Amino acid sequence: MPPLNQLVFERPIYVLEDRLADLEQQDDPSPEVRQEIRDLRVEITQKRREIFADLDAWQITQVARHPERPQTLDYLELVFDEFVELHGDRAYRDDPAMLTGLGTLDSLKVLFVGQHKGRNIKEREKHNYGMAHPEGYRKALGKMQMAAKFGLPIVCFIDTPGAYPGIEAEERGQAYNIAYNLREISKLETPIICVVIGEGGSGGALGIGIGDHIAILQYAYYSVISPEGCAGILWKDVKYRDKAAKALKFTSDNLQRLGVVDEVVEEPLGAAHRDHRQMARTLKASLMDAIRELSEFSSEELLERRYEKFRRLGVFDESADSDTAPDPDAGSDS
Amino acid sequence: MAKSNPHDWLTHADRDKRGVPAGLWMLCDGCGSTVYRADVEDNLNVCPECDHHFYVPAAVRIAQLLDEDSFEEWHQGLSPLDPLEFADQKSYADRLAAEQKKTGLTEACVVGRGYMRGRPLVFGLTDAGFIMGSMGSVVGEKLTRAIEEATHLQLPLVIVSGSGGGARMHEGILSLMQMGKVSAALARFDQAGGLFISVMTHPTMGGVAASFASLGDFVIAEPKALIGFAGPRVIKSTVNMELPDDFQTSEFLLQYGFVDRIIRRHNLRSELARLIDYCGQ
Ligand SMILES: [Zn+2]
Repeated sequence: MPPLNQLVFERPIYVLEDRLADLEQQDDPSPEVRQEIRDLRVEITQKRREIFADLDAWQITQVARHPERPQTLDYLELVFDEFVELHGDRAYRDDPAMLTGLGTLDSLKVLFVGQHKGRNIKEREKHNYGMAHPEGYRKALGKMQMAAKFGLPIVCFIDTPGAYPGIEAEERGQAYNIAYNLREISKLETPIICVVIGEGGSGGALGIGIGDHIAILQYAYYSVISPEGCAGILWKDVKYRDKAAKALKFTSDNLQRLGVVDEVVEEPLGAAHRDHRQMARTLKASLMDAIRELSEFSSEELLERRYEKFRRLGVFDESADSDTAPDPDAGSDS
Repeated sequence: MAKSNPHDWLTHADRDKRGVPAGLWMLCDGCGSTVYRADVEDNLNVCPECDHHFYVPAAVRIAQLLDEDSFEEWHQGLSPLDPLEFADQKSYADRLAAEQKKTGLTEACVVGRGYMRGRPLVFGLTDAGFIMGSMGSVVGEKLTRAIEEATHLQLPLVIVSGSGGGARMHEGILSLMQMGKVSAALARFDQAGGLFISVMTHPTMGGVAASFASLGDFVIAEPKALIGFAGPRVIKSTVNMELPDDFQTSEFLLQYGFVDRIIRRHNLRSELARLIDYCGQ
């Protein structure tokens, strides 16, 4: 059985890499061995390219959930020059699944909001696998409102299987707090950039997913429901998760085609978990471009663009609708 | 007397098969009695024995709440498409056709304007009978247009939600985005001083509860409705514990502070009219 951190379809790459490592350990290698090393390097690159060019939706889901995939705390270190963490929702408690704080990207000051899933058992328990409670959404909104007051752009990193489905989460109003975020974030007069860095799990993702520039990393996914959840309901068995993953069309290329994301951020060859630093560099450049671009707009323009961004989403047939769409300037009801 | 179990709603459709003939008589999910269907219908689809609130189809709900013949429906012809070409064991296109035939509706949402005890308003509902009242592109678009129109007309807005499905899986991410779209429209309505009354009926779950249904200036619930974010089965399997008896009911939400009032169906029209009057609209 391959180690836990190697996905089955990545196996051929690791086999070649192991062989390369063995050869590279030889003292004073012969010219033949040197040639083999060169050939292997080429072969590894080709193999990576080949495998990652043709991943299906379920394989992409596995990449998005890869245990070594960089997470929010990695990016806070690699992308931001400084991070001043801010805690608490001023009402109930500090939710460790949702991290918030001030940060700098070169000279740009921003407010950061992001879910953190945890990179080992201890972290995962502490951060509840990135599944926030209502207080996490309240914490995020509170800091975002503060940022809007001081004109700080907001960067949201989305990485969650979903908002936490628990008894206390329901008691404390999971549905209400997410709904309230959707409404209130739509009003914030400051640029908001959202990036799905791993898992974009449904309402729990959208709760910090309203913004002016929505980006997704190449092998992340963003979905109305997890493939397991969808398979359980529609196929009556979780084992059909690969079918559900395909049917939901939640991979970055589909999301771009559907107009849901503005940008797909390219990952290093072999995906983000193979090269955290390269991923962080690309992501940082993308963030800075987006912030600079959005800072050109007035508050009114930003809010209007943000409204229209979501307003136009949806696919339906109007041909049989005898009512004209209500026109705000028409001065009569429809 | 059998205790009402709000978590059983998914199985209600099967009841007819278990020996109680459909037609003149029906089995009450609340008390287990066999009750005369006409008595239930005369009683606003509420069990005369135990006050259990049965499902109400769109047309009946409109007749119950709005003044006779006052409802003018908008965008009836707005129809769903199949943007993902989604198919599970059944194609979404076939599912839509079957649901349309079953309910006589083009989609799970009806919007328009009408009068409630003489008060003009914009009215919308989601019908739990159409793909579990779930929100896809059409539901999101109809609600958004209704909210924008209420903003423009400066009329109060009442939306009655019935949705076990939340955001509709068959339209994938586009369904999720409807939550953002509708909520943004409500933000503008709110900023314009509009009055929004949300009425949650059995069941109001997932993406519907986590968007427009929770955003009323007043949040009203019918008794013993199932209301929540995550489905009870998902929660049960996550926490590996028995759920409290009244978990995710209207009464539970009232106790925890997320519902203003629980109102019996018989009083709904008059109480909504009274709330509208308090807000000077
Ligand atoms: Zn009864």
